[in-house]
Amino acid sequence: MTTIPLSWYLTLSAVLFTIGAIGVVTRRNAIVLFMCIEIMLNAVNLSFIAFSRFHLDHGGHLFSLMVIAVAAAEAGIGLALIVNVFRHRRTVNVDEVNLLRQ
Amino acid sequence: MTAEQIFFVMFALGAVGGCLGVLASRNPVNSALSLVVAFFFLAGHYVLLQAHFLAILQILVYAGAIMVVFIFVLMLLNLHDDELGKARVNATKVLSVFVTGVLATVLVSVSLDFRDGAMQLGWPSVIDSEFGQIHPIGMELMTTWVLPFELVSILLLVGIVSAVVVAKKRL
Repeated sequence: MTTIPLSWYLTLSAVLFTIGAIGVVTRRNAIVLFMCIEIMLNAVNLSFIAFSRFHLDHGGHLFSLMVIAVAAAEAGIGLALIVNVFRHRRTVNVDEVNLLRQ
Repeated sequence: MTAEQIFFVMFALGAVGGCLGVLASRNPVNSALSLVVAFFFLAGHYVLLQAHFLAILQILVYAGAIMVVFIFVLMLLNLHDDELGKARVNATKVLSVFVTGVLATVLVSVSLDFRDGAMQLGWPSVIDSEFGQIHPIGMELMTTWVLPFELVSILLLVGIVSAVVVAKKRL
């Protein structure tokens, strides 16, 4: 029996998601951008697991498992893309990678 | 305050502080290390929620594998200050932070409302001692969720192949 209200977990999840979102819109380094996306994924995972415990159902755990797998694939491919962009442009600043906009 | 609540506050402060460290530090290596700290504190939250398997997975996969890839790429690129680009503050950025703040207010107020009204259900008190451990999760994964499980394995295979293809200089 836990004494922590569910709203605490949801609020923490919302705060972490917001920190990640603010990072995505303010930071311009592509690698830090990816880290902020990982923060947002983790915030969602936290609320999945809190609801999973709240309803005593394993569905949330399994969904978090899927999210972790997708995050791993995303990190692998995204970082490969960043390495490739750096090789061509000598920068990882997303504002300077703007060939499609010109 | 009960002991559980004190642990919650400690883990929450650690997680939020780690995530703020990701945003605040200028050097990406410091960002990566504060993110590892935040992941460890989140694993503590998972233990509080009786998700022991997910807590171990969080440390192994997130703090272990994914962050090692991040730090490896950071060291491979070996960025200097001129390659990081200047930190600019423009109208678009201010506006997007404002919009994100509005979104955050909505999210937090909805979350806090969970205390009131019809959602005042309370946590289930009778708990299966195996809840959140590897046996029931594995059983469910291999019965109800077997198709998503196989699809995720295909996704990871595609991820491996495409990461190699994208990062290679020439095939």
